[in-house]
Amino acid sequence: MSSSAITIPGVQIEDKPWVDTLHEWVTTVDHKRLGVLYILYALLFLVVAGVEALIIRIQLMFPHNHLVSPQVFNRLFTMHGTTMVFFMGMPILFGFANYLVPLMIGARDMAFPRLNAFSFWLSALGGFLFYFSLVGANGLYGAGNAPDVGWWAYAPLTARAFSAGHSTDYWALALLVSGFGSIGTAINIIATILCMRCPGMKLSRMPLLAWLNLVMSGMVLISVSPLTAAQIMLVIDRYLGGHFFDTQAGGSAMLWMHFFWIFGHPEVYILIIPCFAFMSEIIPVFSRKPIFGYPVMVAATVCIGFVSMSVWAHHMFSVGMNSYANSFFTITTMAVGVPTGIKIFNWLGTMWGGRIQFKVPMLFSIGFLFQFLIAGLTGVMLGSAAFASQLTLSYFVVAHFHYTLVGGVVFGVFAAIYYWYPKITGRMLNETLGKWHFWLFVIGFHLTFDLMHIPGLLGMPRRIYTYEPGRGWDTLNLIISIGAFIQAIAILAFVANLIISYLKGAKAGNDPWDAWTLEWSISSPPPPYNFATVPTVASRRPLWDLKHPEDPDSRYE
Amino acid sequence: MLALLFLFMATTAVAALADPSTGITNIFAPASTPAKMVTHLSVFVLAITGIIFVVVFTLLVYSIIKFRGRAVDAGREPAQVYGSTQIELAWTIIPILIVIVLFLATARAIHAVQDAPEPAGAIEVTAIGHQYWWEFRYPKLGVVTANELHIPVSDPANPTPTFLTLLSADTDHSFWIPELAGKTDLIPNHPNGMWMDPLRTGIFLGQCAQYCGVQHAKMLLRVSVDSPADFAAWVRGQQQPAVQDASVTTGRRVFESNACMNCHAVGATAANGRFGPDLTHLMSRVTIASGAATNTPENLRLWIQNPDAIKPGSLMPAMKLSDSELDAAVSYMETLR
Amino acid sequence: MSAMANPFPEAPTTWSLPDRGKVAMTGLIIAESAIFTIFVVAYLFYVGKSLSGPTPSEVLETPIFYTICLLSSSLTIHRAAKSLARDRVGAFLGLWLLTIALGGLFLYGTAQEWHRMIYQHGLTISTNLFGTTYYSLVGLHGFHVTAGLVMLLVVAIFALAGRVRMQESRRVEVLALYWHFVDAVWVVVFTVVYVLGR
Repeated sequence: MSSSAITIPGVQIEDKPWVDTLHEWVTTVDHKRLGVLYILYALLFLVVAGVEALIIRIQLMFPHNHLVSPQVFNRLFTMHGTTMVFFMGMPILFGFANYLVPLMIGARDMAFPRLNAFSFWLSALGGFLFYFSLVGANGLYGAGNAPDVGWWAYAPLTARAFSAGHSTDYWALALLVSGFGSIGTAINIIATILCMRCPGMKLSRMPLLAWLNLVMSGMVLISVSPLTAAQIMLVIDRYLGGHFFDTQAGGSAMLWMHFFWIFGHPEVYILIIPCFAFMSEIIPVFSRKPIFGYPVMVAATVCIGFVSMSVWAHHMFSVGMNSYANSFFTITTMAVGVPTGIKIFNWLGTMWGGRIQFKVPMLFSIGFLFQFLIAGLTGVMLGSAAFASQLTLSYFVVAHFHYTLVGGVVFGVFAAIYYWYPKITGRMLNETLGKWHFWLFVIGFHLTFDLMHIPGLLGMPRRIYTYEPGRGWDTLNLIISIGAFIQAIAILAFVANLIISYLKGAKAGNDPWDAWTLEWSISSPPPPYNFATVPTVASRRPLWDLKHPEDPDSRYE
Repeated sequence: MLALLFLFMATTAVAALADPSTGITNIFAPASTPAKMVTHLSVFVLAITGIIFVVVFTLLVYSIIKFRGRAVDAGREPAQVYGSTQIELAWTIIPILIVIVLFLATARAIHAVQDAPEPAGAIEVTAIGHQYWWEFRYPKLGVVTANELHIPVSDPANPTPTFLTLLSADTDHSFWIPELAGKTDLIPNHPNGMWMDPLRTGIFLGQCAQYCGVQHAKMLLRVSVDSPADFAAWVRGQQQPAVQDASVTTGRRVFESNACMNCHAVGATAANGRFGPDLTHLMSRVTIASGAATNTPENLRLWIQNPDAIKPGSLMPAMKLSDSELDAAVSYMETLR
Repeated sequence: MSAMANPFPEAPTTWSLPDRGKVAMTGLIIAESAIFTIFVVAYLFYVGKSLSGPTPSEVLETPIFYTICLLSSSLTIHRAAKSLARDRVGAFLGLWLLTIALGGLFLYGTAQEWHRMIYQHGLTISTNLFGTTYYSLVGLHGFHVTAGLVMLLVVAIFALAGRVRMQESRRVEVLALYWHFVDAVWVVVFTVVYVLGR
């Protein structure tokens, strides 16, 4: 990133030694720098977990393949899932929240800058600890041993008896530590939004990105803690002889499942809601219209926040709950689809009657809309408990959640990167490379994840390192794996774009997209203090009002 | 996309029905009442979600094409519309109604599958999940076997469904034969139940669906749905005590003096271990190692000598027998019909 | 946008937002409540399910005195914060130290109870489900009391050095909020363990 020094015309500023720059970045409490650190950290783990996925897909290309042993395969899918959720998804979204929320509400920084830094470094420690298991889990004399219990770590597989050594402990510890970081950031975001808005920015005038990060942070507070609690219980079981999940002592394996999914389901909404926020900022700008139904979008998100706390056992439709429980979770799961659908309709309503510009951020947003629609519908299928008794634990679910997480979250993140990269770095990302990235990724994504539904319907369960020929899964798995490679090539184009554009991209200026929220009123990159004078706002689109003084939003709100 | 899916399903359903001995297990080709109930529900759910998809997809495509920005519009902003209460109400109420309909249909199917009463003629099987094999006990028939389940076909006029009690000896497992029923987990300290009434004879494949450890992938299931006569014959065979063949006493001695009998049971002998599969009628099974290999003398020999060659990470230890001991043991196994 | 002229509309005449310390502490309390809820659920779920070993009624003695200590400490810390807000530093210091003493007494009571249960009744965290859930829940609470006491001690040290004045009353109130939370959790834990779970 360009230096934090303000350019004063006529004054020469000496190049700083790289050590000083490094020191500045390591000790920073500036929300913009911490945001960038989160994002870079997450992109690194995106590549790491992506490589894990590629190895998995090569192993599964043919039945009875021998690329990796079952032990290594089981570690790979555990690492892939855990890394993508905790060390890619959460950090990148916290990174964007960190960068954008103070700017969008006209604030100088987050409410607690030092807590911000502390939370980042805690999360980073978590990621480091998790991968240290490759070296440390069996002690230095034994080979490293990454966790292999799946990213849900079901009991009693995680008991000492079934998971010897320390790999499971690294899983628990790494996530405990990064969980504290997440809670710290969530507290910070809430305090920032509630206490640091610029004058005139009532809650009803806040950008939707701020609203949605507020809801997401509230959800983090309530739902990350159950995972923390469950992991403390797991460590007590493994080290202090506790019996929380010890079925031999009367303990319950189901209890772990409930605790985990009470975290796990809201977690996926925590991952998608910031992407909804990106859509709500990007789609209006590239349709040249305000978001359709702002109050409804807020209400729907709050509704999703609450209802999503009541659906968790749809991950447990096969475990033998009684028919009343299964019916309850069916209706709550389907109910949460209603506000989500409303949001899709509102984005459609935003595009309707607009003048759509197909720049790369909008391309990824359109991809998001189509894919999230499909993902939501397969979610409805999975929410129907009886139908789910066939679909759950199979590749149909794997296809569904990759549709939401890749087709939704990753596409949303790509849209956000293309949209805000100019603001963060002062340079535009290359549009041609961006289009290559988009189309290659879309083709690879659909090849892989559309087809992936079918082996599930044909009985292929998840988490298997190999499969028997003659089940009808062979050709499908081969094509799915090819799609994964196409996605990998797209990612290479993306990384190339990030680097080349940073070095040689066109200068962006303050407001390359002709947008309407406060971050576009300052330089790209912003000065360290953000705003020279504290802004005041009278509507939801303060820059629209400034650009169109004859027809300001404040007249209509 | 969903249309393509459906097409594919129809094709494979036809394919599967045409040749029941293929390994295809298609959830849309149900052969038992609980699976049929789920398939009927699924078709309904697919139809409704399919309609929603077509409608929204069309609107999305339309809006992208119709409202794309053209060069002539540069500099002019379109009408700034903030929302519409009526539209919001419409697209809130209609989805709520759809949700209610889908829920009611689902609740009916859930109840029909889960709360079905057990009729008098039902076969009762207790399935116990182990790392990485299946133990099957028929308490009323005095039968104990492993990995391959034999059940009678059920005549709707005079139903003889199979009701399973699902237990686990160690971690979580899941019993899934797609064409016979939805899956139900086997969870330690939490007995579960499920039922199936296969409506045609044949072999139905499946496997463990809940990650249970290293060899989760090869914890395969094989269900043989037999005609009433065949089933009765099978039961009679399983109820017999172990074959005592004098020509294999050496092998039997190898079996009983090594650690084999600590894990395995052979009826009416000193071997009564419960950790591994019951071997009394091993030769009545088509596969060994829970489906990981076919039941041939060569595979059996390899399995005893080096299980990791067939199922790396399985809990069967390599027995480190000498060649002659191995041959003797295999000959003994071969007599356990 | 040039920084010279302010392009933005006029600021509203009044613009007050909540205190960020209170909001942040409320957020922390929400997160901590969620953790405690899970431990309480586990405790309640396992009531009566132990396969062996001492049962609650055989072993538990209701800690009325120490509970009164802890709950009174909420009162004293509240009065302390109020005194500081009125710049009555002496009263603040006295009440603050009293709070620490009452909290310390509570911890002592817990330690005493645990000592009795371990050595007289042989109940440890690994004995049975009751042992596991009891020591975890009460221990988690005790840990939060300890953390709170440490923070209270830090403030006490600075107060004794004369550095805590009326200007710091906002921060002291935030800390008092945490202390009230710890007490509220004890009310729940007490009810669950000594009343419902017997």
